[in-house]
Amino acid sequence: MNIETMETHSFDVLVLGSGGAGLRAAVEAASGGGLSVGLIGKSLLGKAHTVMAEGGAAASIGNVDAPDSWQTHFYDTMKSGHYINNFRTVEVFAKEAPARVLELEQWGAVFDRTPEGLIMQRAFGGHSFRRLAHIGDRTGMELLRTLQYRAISLNIEIFQEVTITRLLMDKDRIAGAFGYYREDGHFVMFKAKALVLATGGWGKVYKVTSNSWESTGDGAAMAYRLGGELQDMEMVQFHPTGMVWPPGVAGLLVTEGVRGEGGILYNSEKERFMLRYDPERQELSTRDVVARSIFREVQEGRGTPHGGAWLDISQKGADFIKQKLPGMYEQLLTLGDIDITKSPFEVAPTCHYTMGGVKAHAETCATNIPGLFAAGEVACGLHGANRLGGNSLADILVFGRRAGIAARDFAGSRKGDVVISEREIEEEAERVLKPFTRPDGENPYTIHQELQEAMSTHVGIVRDQKLLEDGLEKILKLQERAKNMGAQGGRTYNPGWHAVFDVENMLLLSELIIRGALERKESRGGHWRTDYPEELEEMGKWNFVHEISPDGDRIKQVPVPIMPPALQEICSRPVAPGKEPSKNLDQRKGASS
Amino acid sequence: MSEQYVLSIFRGDQNGGEEQEYQVPAIPGMVVLDAVHYVQAHDAPDLGVRWNCKAAHCGSCSAEINGMPKLMCKTRLDEYQGQVVHIQPMRTFPIVKDLVADVSWNYEVAKKIATFTPVNAAPFRMQQWDVDRVQEFHHCIECFLCQDVCHVLRDHDAKDQYFGPRFMVKMAEFEMHPVDGADRIPQLKNEGGIGMCNVTKCCTEVCPQHIHITDNAIIPLKERVADRYYDPIRNLIRRLTKKEESSSSTVPSKA
Repeated sequence: MNIETMETHSFDVLVLGSGGAGLRAAVEAASGGGLSVGLIGKSLLGKAHTVMAEGGAAASIGNVDAPDSWQTHFYDTMKSGHYINNFRTVEVFAKEAPARVLELEQWGAVFDRTPEGLIMQRAFGGHSFRRLAHIGDRTGMELLRTLQYRAISLNIEIFQEVTITRLLMDKDRIAGAFGYYREDGHFVMFKAKALVLATGGWGKVYKVTSNSWESTGDGAAMAYRLGGELQDMEMVQFHPTGMVWPPGVAGLLVTEGVRGEGGILYNSEKERFMLRYDPERQELSTRDVVARSIFREVQEGRGTPHGGAWLDISQKGADFIKQKLPGMYEQLLTLGDIDITKSPFEVAPTCHYTMGGVKAHAETCATNIPGLFAAGEVACGLHGANRLGGNSLADILVFGRRAGIAARDFAGSRKGDVVISEREIEEEAERVLKPFTRPDGENPYTIHQELQEAMSTHVGIVRDQKLLEDGLEKILKLQERAKNMGAQGGRTYNPGWHAVFDVENMLLLSELIIRGALERKESRGGHWRTDYPEELEEMGKWNFVHEISPDGDRIKQVPVPIMPPALQEICSRPVAPGKEPSKNLDQRKGASS
Repeated sequence: MSEQYVLSIFRGDQNGGEEQEYQVPAIPGMVVLDAVHYVQAHDAPDLGVRWNCKAAHCGSCSAEINGMPKLMCKTRLDEYQGQVVHIQPMRTFPIVKDLVADVSWNYEVAKKIATFTPVNAAPFRMQQWDVDRVQEFHHCIECFLCQDVCHVLRDHDAKDQYFGPRFMVKMAEFEMHPVDGADRIPQLKNEGGIGMCNVTKCCTEVCPQHIHITDNAIIPLKERVADRYYDPIRNLIRRLTKKEESSSSTVPSKA
């Protein structure tokens, strides 16, 4: 046992995850009160999965479409989430998003401009107005980089390439985290008065995915093991347009911005099939609808040569495409051998986002564990059954900030020392080193691959009872095998060893996804069951909440919060606020399209 | 037997090491990073490599492929048909293990730069043509390939004298922002060491984001430094008025 080489740190606020939500939380926590703030990332700073967000950040600034308002953003987000979102979370979000985007401009982000010289906003699926503030097709990177340079200018201690394997408790309150430096494997323990989880999603449980290696759900899994409540785990988003060919790049994201800027979907018979599935919104329907439509076209024999649909933006001309979608132009050209300014290209659904996660309070991001807050993709409440494109970048800004404030307040008022049991640390250190005692144990990469196959087959875009039950059996068997995972080599930068913990987390969350999907006997948003093809009013009243208890894991049926009349009124309108035909407003003010 | 690629990957750490050969079955369109992952999953689970997005957005998987600094996720193996593909870590930085280099120096430099300092509050009124120039610099993914290839850093190891191309781009990004009010010219000249760059454009050549590092960032910044410190007329005025060279308050903050 190498516990004597363990490094220890103590912070008022500790933030886990250095993507957009984590950085925003750390910036906020460090911006007032003189508290000490630590920020931990599993990767190098500035590399988090936030960089993969391309299209933009949704905020009803109304620079392009003046009638846009928080009410319309609220209406769109609730509708897209099929009304199992927490209305209060959505309300806070829709009201605060514009201020958070402007704040980024203040900190150095340079958005594309309107002819009036303001932040340009583009159309996106399910948004009633052109709402996504963007920088070409690399908005996430801009956001992350802006926050990264903001963070390093503040008094935040940043830990790069540190893996956390366990959250620590002091009786009933959060106390910190234990983990190791990936660079040399030495242990590190963090004491904290308050802890913000901003560890992202778990899209890496699927085979065809747009997610980076980091999206293994560490934060959600660790919170669950401590008794944290996870909600809506069955809700996984499949982005309609991932690359299909060549196989080396299958799943790689093609931004929704391609459709936002005018891209059209065709099937193998050159039919614009979205006119059949959603005549009103067509290509700019919500992601659940478009992904399912592509899936159906392929299933019914109208797919492209490699099992997808054609996406065509060539009619917009080379200059426009290279200006608005430079990353996509280059990506398809270098990796797919296709010039999208000249020809259509194949796309198919790819796993993109996990709507479910740690149940978080609408205003404070507090979880059911005192002192533990959750923001960003790891948290649950905002997106319901289907996330709107552009809402995640706004999400991490709004709730990253709120989690930072709440953690700061909690830490500031917490009395007494934070006490961590030495025994618990020793046990965890021993557990973490265990894989080295099994050099011939199960290969974590093999388990991961089999997990991805099972999840894609059994609980992918299409689900039914039999598929789910068989899938659960496979996952439970893999969990058994995983107990014997081994690692070769030493502790210095050893990805095979690191993978053991990623796979453990993914196996746990995969089981919860399937159990949630079995429970939700209906189709809603991203959850499509062929044996229950309808959306059921009764089911819409419930969220499914998973928690560990002394008698084993269980799923609670928790009522979806009921909206006050004023918000109900917004949602019950036949058309989105501001879209009423009688008003006859000029919505094209300053638009480029 | 299907087609195979032969990879020769550096295995080792600060105590030394050597390349080892691995065979990888060819898949259409596969990139170098795919092949490295194949080796990890089948032959060498402890093979150290950094990667995140596999989509050329994050800049993690920088390496030297047959001697050229490149992103592994963006380099297709079919470019190397019939050749052994040699993969080495970036050589300008200390090695951690295998393909992983210790790039922490870059993060230290980043902290030294005066951050964006707007002269008024957002929302800003800026036209697209006002921001086109700086938006190019925002494309940087911090892969540090430009730092790797820069001979000031690579051959002369003058990391204490020059921030390197990446941070010239970063400083240009702030410096040329239409609303920025900070003065970075003294820092560029002194601590930043912009004079060390002798414009060989190697950085521009390896930039996976095609940023015109030398032409659009470094040369205009060099001009600003020259205007400030080496303009003969300004020098004369300075001599006559006996102002100190470093007294930045007496000169316009923007060129």
